[in-house]
Parts: sequence; structure tokens; C-alpha cells
Amino acid sequence: MKITFDWLKDHLKTNLKEKNLLEQLTNIGLEVESVENLSGDTELFKVAEIIKTEKHPNADRLKVCDVNVGENEIKKVVCGAENAKEGLLTIYAPPGAIIPKTKTKLVVAKIRGVTSYGMLCSESELNLSDESDGITELTKEFRKNIGKSYFSKSKSNLIDLSITPNRPDCLGVRGIARDLAASGFGKLVDLEEKKIHLKNKHNLKVKINREKGQGCTAFGSCLITNVKNSESPKWLKNKLISIGQKPISAIVDITNYVMLDINRPLHAYDADKIEKGIIVRNSKSGEEFTALDNKNYKLESGMCVISDNRGVLGLGGIIGGTRSGTEFNTKNVLLESAYFEPGSIRNTAKKLSLDTDAKFRFERGIDPLSIEDGLNKAAKLIKEICGGEISKIDIQKIETYKSRKITFDPNIFEKISGFKISLKEMIKILEDLGFEIKKDKKRFKLTVPSWRPDISQEVDIVEELVRISGYEKIKYIEPIKQRKKSTLNKFQKLFHFLQRSVASKGYLEAITWSFTDKRYNDYFRDSKKEIKIINPISSELGVLRNSIFSNLIMHINKNLDRGFKDLSVFEIGPIFNGPNPGEQNTVVCGLTAGKKSRLSWIEKDRNIDVFDAKRDVVQTLVEAGYDSEKFFIDSETPNYYHPGKSGRLFLDNRKDQVAAYFGEIHPNILKQIDMKTESLVGFEIFMDNLKLSEKTINDLKAKFSFSDYQKSERDFAFIVNKDVNAKDLIEAISSVNESLVKNIKVFDVYEGENIPENQKSIAINVTIQSSERTLNEDDLEKINNLIIKTVENKTGAKIRS
Amino acid sequence: MSDLKKIKDEFLLKLKRKLDISEINQIKSDLFGKSGLISTQFKKIGTIEETERKKFASDLNIIKDELQNLISLKINELESAEINKKLEKEKIDITLPERTFVRGKIHPVSQTIDEISSIFSEIGFSVEEGPDVENEYNNFTALNTPENHPARDMHDTFYLDEKKQKLLRTHTSPVQIRTMLKDKPPFKIIAPGRTYRSDSDQTHSPMFHQVEGLHIDKNINMGHLKGCLNYFIKEFFEVDKIKMRFRPSHFPFTEPSAEVDIGYEIKDGKIIIGEGNQWLEILGCGMVHPNVLKNVKVDPSKFQGYAFGIGIDRLAMLKYGINDLRAFFDCDYRWLNHFGFDPLDVPTNYRGLSR
Repeated sequence: MKITFDWLKDHLKTNLKEKNLLEQLTNIGLEVESVENLSGDTELFKVAEIIKTEKHPNADRLKVCDVNVGENEIKKVVCGAENAKEGLLTIYAPPGAIIPKTKTKLVVAKIRGVTSYGMLCSESELNLSDESDGITELTKEFRKNIGKSYFSKSKSNLIDLSITPNRPDCLGVRGIARDLAASGFGKLVDLEEKKIHLKNKHNLKVKINREKGQGCTAFGSCLITNVKNSESPKWLKNKLISIGQKPISAIVDITNYVMLDINRPLHAYDADKIEKGIIVRNSKSGEEFTALDNKNYKLESGMCVISDNRGVLGLGGIIGGTRSGTEFNTKNVLLESAYFEPGSIRNTAKKLSLDTDAKFRFERGIDPLSIEDGLNKAAKLIKEICGGEISKIDIQKIETYKSRKITFDPNIFEKISGFKISLKEMIKILEDLGFEIKKDKKRFKLTVPSWRPDISQEVDIVEELVRISGYEKIKYIEPIKQRKKSTLNKFQKLFHFLQRSVASKGYLEAITWSFTDKRYNDYFRDSKKEIKIINPISSELGVLRNSIFSNLIMHINKNLDRGFKDLSVFEIGPIFNGPNPGEQNTVVCGLTAGKKSRLSWIEKDRNIDVFDAKRDVVQTLVEAGYDSEKFFIDSETPNYYHPGKSGRLFLDNRKDQVAAYFGEIHPNILKQIDMKTESLVGFEIFMDNLKLSEKTINDLKAKFSFSDYQKSERDFAFIVNKDVNAKDLIEAISSVNESLVKNIKVFDVYEGENIPENQKSIAINVTIQSSERTLNEDDLEKINNLIIKTVENKTGAKIRS
Repeated sequence: MSDLKKIKDEFLLKLKRKLDISEINQIKSDLFGKSGLISTQFKKIGTIEETERKKFASDLNIIKDELQNLISLKINELESAEINKKLEKEKIDITLPERTFVRGKIHPVSQTIDEISSIFSEIGFSVEEGPDVENEYNNFTALNTPENHPARDMHDTFYLDEKKQKLLRTHTSPVQIRTMLKDKPPFKIIAPGRTYRSDSDQTHSPMFHQVEGLHIDKNINMGHLKGCLNYFIKEFFEVDKIKMRFRPSHFPFTEPSAEVDIGYEIKDGKIIIGEGNQWLEILGCGMVHPNVLKNVKVDPSKFQGYAFGIGIDRLAMLKYGINDLRAFFDCDYRWLNHFGFDPLDVPTNYRGLSR
């Protein structure tokens, strides 16, 4: 909502300065977004006429225009607007002017080889409208102003307020003035209530159809006959320009002025273009009309339309139609002042993607009792400026407004705000805001002003009182440093632990979006269901991620393009399994590309491999408190891993839920996304599948015990078939005697010379120690033989002699 | 002169000379070998008369110790001289680079979440979470934002179905609803997490982070809200005093509602938080609307309290001087390395939030 202090003063008597005003507006919840000085540079913007246009010699879309700016010299201006044509009256900005929208200063510049002296401006560049096609087109009435400044001098700054959606009353200058007055910033000016006596008959019949979902509950109107529409007088034009609106014609300007002044949207019809009478009704599916934005709209059924015998004239409370719009030659005007239901307005506007000033106001709730005031104010102005006769006012209603009553217990104020104000003060604030108050014992019986649809219960009254008396009155109550419940639960603690554990292994933590590119998602989707976003910001971000890999691989690739070769990143966050709340899992996902050491004077170059990923997974889980002795690892992994070089980890051999996958990413994926790196390995730890013990890590530990008896180490080399896993041998050895076999280490795996084809040699170091006595040669010999026998029996291995 | 004295004097003299290791070993064997001079003397002990035996044995032991010590000393000297000589040759170029190490980092948003949790932990808040995919009811309706409420326009929502029943949560406030439905008052929680709005430009990212706060009990008023947030902001920015402004605003789920600005100024191109004449909006808050409490079956005549929502990314940007929000989620190696935190830097109360 844009205002000026000058305009505010129409409603507010105050001696205070603009600086105080800005502060006070923010303090009472009418946040000042920006303050702009319109007076300075805008004088430079002049009314000008295009005398001639020529095609730019070096650019098809550009034109070179000769422009009359009221000086002897004709200016050459390069312009890209399609509507730039001979005879067009528009707005010219000379070099040195600052364009309000972009805040850029114009300079004389060569555009594709042709020197351009200044610029022809569009409405949006001048902040006259939000969007505009081409340069500003002025009416022929401006011809006499060529060379004169388009904007009038104004000392008042343009103040842009951010009005919260609960305050439609402050979408009019008067509402803002009322709030300011209540807060002690001046006195609200009484509006003169000089009612004109209207005798003329209103002979245009208006009817609101009583039908289901009717979006209009009241339709007030009056006829003004024999008017002469013209340009607005200077005061009115200046007023609109001062807040960045473009004057059009007196009748349109007046309706806009009344809307901005008292937040009463009106619509003016050329009465002669209405066939017979007005019918307010629900639209029929397929009905069409051309709106004032020159677009054709096809309506669904059930939208609130204003129509006549021929069809739709406009969408009630949203936008009028071209067929019945007023023009300079309009003789008779029908002025509409109606009440439209916010919900109905919103539905219709949303379906048609329409946003207008009127819609913005009606969907927030217009004062239902302002119908007559609006008509009076506008009709009087039209008569004053355009002449004519005003008819009697006609108001059709299908519902009568009932004022809202609230019983307010003043004690609630302190209970919620934490501070006190006197009853007298409360009453003053509420009266100033327009409430009617009756004191009933210890309570207030309040009647809510009709312009405040946001107030419906006691707490709303509290807010009004706190807001107007000032938030700075609220005390600071120091928080008490006391904790009754632990801050994090087990899961959250594990989350934080895993996060820092993985980072400590050299991974940079990334946070990427929860959505991703469908193509990348498909590489890692496995058998999961694709979850589409129906309104994504772009098609590359169209699905929720089924795996974190999709994003990480994309970003790793970008970093490879940046020239990095060895990269480790991880993310801990959600992946999605379905479109319903809760169908998500928390995953720690790491991805490493390149080599472990590169160009080192001391270490051999080596590609990152699956055992690096395995180490990171196992170490992380061990650090988190899980027992690696119990881990069960096999090679069944999803299809985005290398089928031979990847693994699946369970916390124990019950194999309930997969704790982690790790391995090389499938080379096909690298090929398809054109990734160039020596090696790419990754892992996924599924947090939801990690069992959370009720016990603490401390309680989970076994009793501390150790043996001081002598240890003995012995190496074995077995020849086994290739498909036998190291794990099988280790399990066989540890099954021999769990209390004596203390440690088993695979220290060599060999295939090739001296080993039969399809077989391999696995060398294992076993530590044997008793916790009861020192073992003698005999004992050791016995157990060694047992180890060999067991391994050979269980795995088909042969000891290598 | 007794034999003992003679042996002693002779060998002390011998050991004074410059000897190599084999010569010392020869002396050692001459003395202590199987038929060495000292060994032989020990064998004689039995043959000596009882009256003199004690003295002889004692003298012999003294001489033995003396000579033995001297020999060990000599050997040690020689050995260390030899090692030193060997080490001389092993000198390397210590300015060559160490073996490569890699250093992981924690993302600034994660670090900031930990800082926030640490601060609120001290004043008794615990951490709650909710799903990223929400239903329309929890995200809007239960929060007193019925369909067709213009406040819904402020949230550009990503939907997952045509009926617009399932969506990506636009704020962390639905965690309020989930928490209150699950338990009984009092409630004192924060809920950090991902939030989504279909908005994308220099200052908006379609995904960002918020932390929700909720404190419901008997007699919790706006003074508690102000005190809590003032405490938080001071702790977070690690300053003693903070210039802070509460101003009225509107959120459908709180009444009264407020937005909070903090004072700042730009000094030498850097933002200084807590002083100065400029205001920066950092959070929204208010007293939980009675309609919200009713929706979660909490009696608003008995319980009341406040809620707040803070943009985490924004806080991180301010505290750590990060300019571009989009870079947070861009995974640029250089950026992650520059703005990331060492994993050992866990924010705690006793060690402080940041180094």
C-alpha cells in the first residue's frame, strides 16, 4: 500500500514530522517497506511525441525514433518497444535521469552503433504499473504538455507499507490515519456528512440472483446522467501520480481515488452500453468476456458475474469488461458499490490467475457498510468534475450485515501481554479504533467496527491494545536455566554423531535440495516409487529424491568440471519412499571420486576403492557403538552399484534391515552422465535401520577383563576355490575355540602362479591366548591342527604346505 | 699386594685406554669368562680360611661390581657413539611435505543448528522433528490458516497431488501441531528442519531451513517470549548487548503476533550485529492462537504460550558473513571448504559456541 504524508493529512491532523510518522507506522504494525523520494529526479521525465521512427540499421527489433521533447532540437532515441510509432505521446527520460524501477542512471550511449540520447519509458520502468508492454501511451490531451514534466512536483515522499492480510481497512488511507490517531499520532479528521438530497429516479434495474454460492450479497448503485468525461483536474491527477498511479480519465480516476482513500472499490459502467438491467449471477460454464486488461476470459460455472441481457459485463469485485467500460465520450454512468464474499473472489481469481487492486481488497474483506459512503463520495466528485445529475441510490441485498459483538474481560490483557494498562486507556484505544463499548460489571461488551473482519475473539482485542500501546512496553522476562527433559533423543544423538563421525573421515558435508532431476533420480531409484512435485520450479527439480546419490553425483561432476580431481562429500538427510507424511528415511550418504593419494613423493598413487568406502562405513558404525564382530556383510546391492565391487551390511546375522550399502558406483551411470574420474565409490547408511539400544554405550560394554598369559601367533595359508569368501574362513577359525582364538587377520590374498586355476590363496594370522594359563607347545599344536581341520572341512580349503 | 688388588689395578689401567668393542669384550671375558680372573677368584672362596673368607668375599664383590660397571659404561659409550654415527647418515630433508591428509567439514547450516540447539538446551527446550512431506491440514488448517485465507498466498507451496492435500511443508510450524497432538502440556520444544517454498531468486531458495520454537504452559506471556528471544539472540551472536525491536505483525497461528528486528551497521564492509541504526528482520513470533490450541485439544483457558520461527540460513549468513543464500545448497567444493567447520568443533555450553 502506497501513501504520502500529504494524503494522510486529508484524514489526520498532526504537527509531527515525517520521520516520526515512519517510526510510528512500523510501531503499530504497518511496516514501512521503503520510502522513496519522487520529487527530485522525476521532474526530468517529460511528455514527448515521437515524430518519426526508422528501423535500426543493425538490429531488427530496434527502432531509431525522432522525438520532440519541446526543445528546438529533436532528440534521437533508440527504442525496442513494438508500440513506438509516429505520433505517439509518451514519456521521455533524458541522459542523467535515474530510472525509478532499476535505479540506473541514463547516459548517452551507442546502441548497436547508433547513439541514443535518453530513453522512452514504459509504465513499469516508471513504477506506474507492475507490468507493461511497450512504452507508455498518453492520451491526446497531453499534447499541450509536450516538454513539460510528466510528474508534478511533490514534497511528500512515497511511503510503501507492507499491510498484513488481516488488515484490509489499512488498504485505504483513512484506515491508516485511524490507527495512527488511536496511537496518539494526531487526530482523525471528521468526514463531512453533508448528504445531498437526491431526487432523480434510478431507472436501471439491478437484481442479485438468489442462488447457491452467490458471491455477491449486496449491490449498491446510482446513475449519473449527462456527464462530460474528461481529464482529471490537477489536484486529482497529482494525488494519483504522487503514489505512482497513472491518471486515465476523470471517472476512472475518481473511482480509483475513492478506493485508495477509504478502501471502497467501485466500478463505473457506461450505462448506455448496458442492455436493460444488471443481473448479478453465477456464471455458466463456457461463458466468455473481454476484460479491461484486454484479455479474453473463458469462465467456469459458479463464478460471480455482473451481467446484462447480452451476457457477462464483468467479474464482480475483480475486473470489469471492455464492453461496458467508460470512455471520454461516456454520457451516462452507472456507479457500482457492492459487497463480494472474500472466498468467492479468491476462488475465481485463482482459477483465472487474475490479480487486481479490487480483488486484493475484496478477498481480504471490504467494509460492508461502506457501500453508500463510497457511492456518495464518488458521485459527488463526478458531478463536481464532469457535471450531470445523480440519481437516488439503489441498494439490492440478499443478506444484511450483522455487527460482531465480543465480551472482553480486561484481565486477559495482562495475562497475555505481561504488562498493565488502565481501564481508561483501554477504553480510549478501543473507541479510537472504532469499537462501541458498553461496560457490563467487570467486562466490556464490544461491538466490532464493520471494517475489521479480522477481529472475532478476546485475544484479538488484546492484540489491538498491545499494538496501539506499544510493543516496547512488554517486559523482558529472563528465561530460567533449567532442563527437565534431555535435549536430544537417542535418534537425534545418533544423527549428530554420524554426521560428525563421517566428516571426521575427510568428507565435506553438503546440503542439497530434497528434490532432484528425474533423470538422475532414475539412476538411483532402484525399485522405489517416483514421487512427482506437481508444480516444480523447473522440470530439472521435478521429483523428490529417492536417494541422495542423485544430487551428490551431479554436484561431484560439477566440481570435477571446476578442476578438482579428488573429492569426498557426504550429506545426511531425508530420502523419500512415498508421497505421504512419514514415508521418508534419514540416510547418511557419502561419495568419493578420484584417488587416495595423487602426485605424492612418498606414497604410491592409488585409486579410491570399495575397501575405502567399507572402512568408512564400518569405522563410523563402530564409533557409533555397534559391534563390528557381529556385522554380517554380503554382496547383494541395488543396481546402481558395481555388481562385483559392492557390499551390503547388516548389524548382525539376523539380517533384519540393511544398515548400509557401499561400493563402486555402476560404471554405466558414469558413462551416461559423462563423468570423468579414475574411480567413484559411495556408501549409504540407513539411520532408521540402526537399532537404538535402550542402554547407554557404557552399559553395553562387557566387564573389563584381560589375560596376562603369553600370546602365540601363528600364520596359515589356505588354498580355496575362488567363490569361497574370506568371511567363511574367519568364521570357521573362530568357531574352533572362541575362548582361545583372540584375533584373526587376513594378511594376504593371492591368485596366479603356483595356484591352480579358479582357486586362490588366503593367508591368515591367528592369535591364540588363554585366560587361564600359559599354553605349551602341545596345546598350541593341538589347536593349530584343529584350525586346519575345521577350515578344510567347512570350506573345502587345503592348507598350503 | 693381594691378588685381588693386582687384578683390579691392572684392569683399571687397561680400561682407561681407548678400546674398541672387541677389546672390551676380550677384557670382559678375561675377567668374567668361565676361567676368567674374577671367576677363578670366586671359585677360591670355598678354600679360604673361615676367618678371612668373609672379608675376601666382600672385597671380591666390590672389585667385581667396580669392574663390571666400568665395562658397561665403556660399552654404552661405544654403542651410542656408533648409533650417533649411523644416524648422522640418516639425515633427511624434513621440509619435504608430510603424508597427505584430508580434512572433512561440517556445513554451516548444520553447525548453526547445533549452536541453536545448544543455546535452547540450556533454558530447557528439547528438540522435536517432523516430516518434510506434510498434509495440508497440519501445514495450514490446524494452524488457523483455512483454505482461501489470503495468508496462504504468502507461502508458495509445492504440492505432491492434484488435490493439494500433500505438500512439502512451507514452515516448521506443523511440528507444533504434531508435538501437541502427541503429548500433553506443558510443551517446551524447538524444531529445526528443512522447509520449502516455490520461490527462487537471489535471496530465495526453494529449500531453506527454519527453527520453530514453542513454549506452552500456564501463565506464559509475551514477556517470556521477549526474554527468551533476547537471550537467544545475544547468545547466538555471542554479544553482551543486543539492540532488538519487537513490532506488531500478523501470522494466522499467533495472536498477538510480532516480527523481531535486530540493529546492525556496516563497518568497513562488514556487518556488525547488535548496534547501529539499521534494522534487520530476523524472525516472526507471537502468542499461540487459541484456535490452534483448540485444534490440538489443548484448553486455551488453562494453557497459553508463545511460538516463534527463525530462518536458520539467514542466521548463519549473518554470523558467518555469507552473502549468497543459493550457495548454501550448491555444493561448491571451494565454498564448503571455506565456510565449513571442523567436525571437532562441536558447539557446547562450556566450551562456547564458536572458536
